[in-house]
Amino acid sequence: MTLQDWFETRKEQQHAARPVDVKIDDNIGKLWVKCYNCNAQLPKKELESHMMVCPQCGYHFRINARTRIYQLFDENTFEEMFENITPSDPLEFVDTEPYKERQKRATAATSLNDAVITGIGKVEGEEIACAVMDFEYMGGSMGSVVGEKITSMMEEALKRKIPMVAITASGGARMQESVLSLMQMAKTSCAVAKLNEAGILYITILTDPTYGGVTASFGTLGDIIIAEQGARVGFAGRRVIEQTIRQKLPADFQTAEYLMKHGQVDVIAKRSELKATLAKILRLHKK
Amino acid sequence: MMKLDFEKPIIKIEEKIEELKKMSTESGMDLSKEIETFETQAHEYKKELYENLQPIQKLQIARHPNRPNFLDWIQLLTTDFVEMHGDREGSDDRAIIGGIAKIGEQPVVIVGTVKGKSTKENLEYNFGMPQPQGYRKALRLFEHANRFGLPIVTLIDTPGAYPGIKAEETGQGIAIAVNLKEMAKLKVPIIAIITGEGCSGGALGLAVANRVLVLEHAYYTVISPEGCASILWRDAAKAGDAANALKITAQDLMKLGIIDGIVKEPMGGAHYDYDFIGQELKKDILAALEEMKNMSPEELKSDRYNKFRRMGVFNS
Repeated sequence: MTLQDWFETRKEQQHAARPVDVKIDDNIGKLWVKCYNCNAQLPKKELESHMMVCPQCGYHFRINARTRIYQLFDENTFEEMFENITPSDPLEFVDTEPYKERQKRATAATSLNDAVITGIGKVEGEEIACAVMDFEYMGGSMGSVVGEKITSMMEEALKRKIPMVAITASGGARMQESVLSLMQMAKTSCAVAKLNEAGILYITILTDPTYGGVTASFGTLGDIIIAEQGARVGFAGRRVIEQTIRQKLPADFQTAEYLMKHGQVDVIAKRSELKATLAKILRLHKK
Repeated sequence: MMKLDFEKPIIKIEEKIEELKKMSTESGMDLSKEIETFETQAHEYKKELYENLQPIQKLQIARHPNRPNFLDWIQLLTTDFVEMHGDREGSDDRAIIGGIAKIGEQPVVIVGTVKGKSTKENLEYNFGMPQPQGYRKALRLFEHANRFGLPIVTLIDTPGAYPGIKAEETGQGIAIAVNLKEMAKLKVPIIAIITGEGCSGGALGLAVANRVLVLEHAYYTVISPEGCASILWRDAAKAGDAANALKITAQDLMKLGIIDGIVKEPMGGAHYDYDFIGQELKKDILAALEEMKNMSPEELKSDRYNKFRRMGVFNS
């Protein structure tokens, strides 16, 4: 092992040891941002010009759906669809706070109606149908709206005969819609079955974090699965597993690298390489 | 038989009845009037109690250790069962068992999650919590059914898919996801029955069906009330509140349009009368099969797709 390798490995390990539930909004609204991984103080402008990746250690900050769309699509090519599908409160769910209030607060914080943006756009000139999840809206949880918009987008891909790309960031199913959320797993997966049968390419890009109901449905059904570097992806959360088996988990547990080692993803891409990687895969499937 | 805490008043009345009966035989006194009064009272009380159970009480019935498990269902519902073992990739997960059998005159592929009734059994069946290999075995059996035109019956009673290191390494999420997608493609009738606990993706992984039935005191949910309470209320003791809020009972699920039917249980729950629940469930399965008898393979597929396509409540 060279000294550089040692540094690389060490960096990886430190990176991996980061807890899953770092608050996404800690750094919002500041001019200087502290890197969660290497603690470097970074001017926010500089970080933004590096696609929200720490220029010093390569740590990938979580980004919201709009930033993702801005980074991934050719300029001014993304057209939003199904934005009029908005959440209701079918169960009149109240925990420590009514679901309606949580929705309002999430909308105020993100200017989103729910946890996914869907639409059509171009990536290096290749037209795709796309669903981009947003972890800032109620932890990217999947309820009726997320399920409906993603399914509708897949049907649009089917109609237009263009590839479908889903970019995930989600804590799982939305508890406030209970079994209706659970059914969105079935609904979106059935839509993927239709894409399969029609020979429509479906690519999923797993970003940090992707868990539970999204991992166990459309998230891992891609013909090709790409994980963004630094992503943690799993079915059960780290804490649940630790409580069940009563032992500590390895530091690299559920990282992109771990997933690849266990045969669950095709490609790991750095954020800076994501667009080119996606475009390459799209072109290779062009008839 | 283990009694549940809310059943205690009934036990008292029943003890009283026994006492009177004993007294009557010993003393030769005619106490039949008194006994009858108490028996009517007990019956009325039971009816009132069991028809108005709180979700958290139903949860206790659904999890009762004597509730029929998959092996009982095989006895109660089928003949000629031949178990089909293994995922053909090196594993035979015991939390999901399946095979071919006859229900009435109809050969079917029958698959279900298994809970044990003793500690030893529960270790074998992993408390009804499947590994990814279990879902892959199930899918192998579903594809067998599809190849030979056999209807599929699944019986689900699981606290969820197993959360463990090996489960994550071998793709718990992917295994469930693939089942959801592949079940959508099958061209045979599928009937899924939630017989006890229907928790989360672990239950759904066997439940993308044309007809979904739930036993009267069973429940179906995105997360266990305890899990939900510890996340949203930050207090697992609020499971009762979570159980109410989540609308998990068969009756609520019917109102929400998530399920197609409720299977009637004997008074107090399935564990009180295996023959009763066996006959009820068999009757409902055969009726559902009869309903789908004349549907073409393509119709069965689109019927299932449309069923799940409609699910969800939103504004637009």
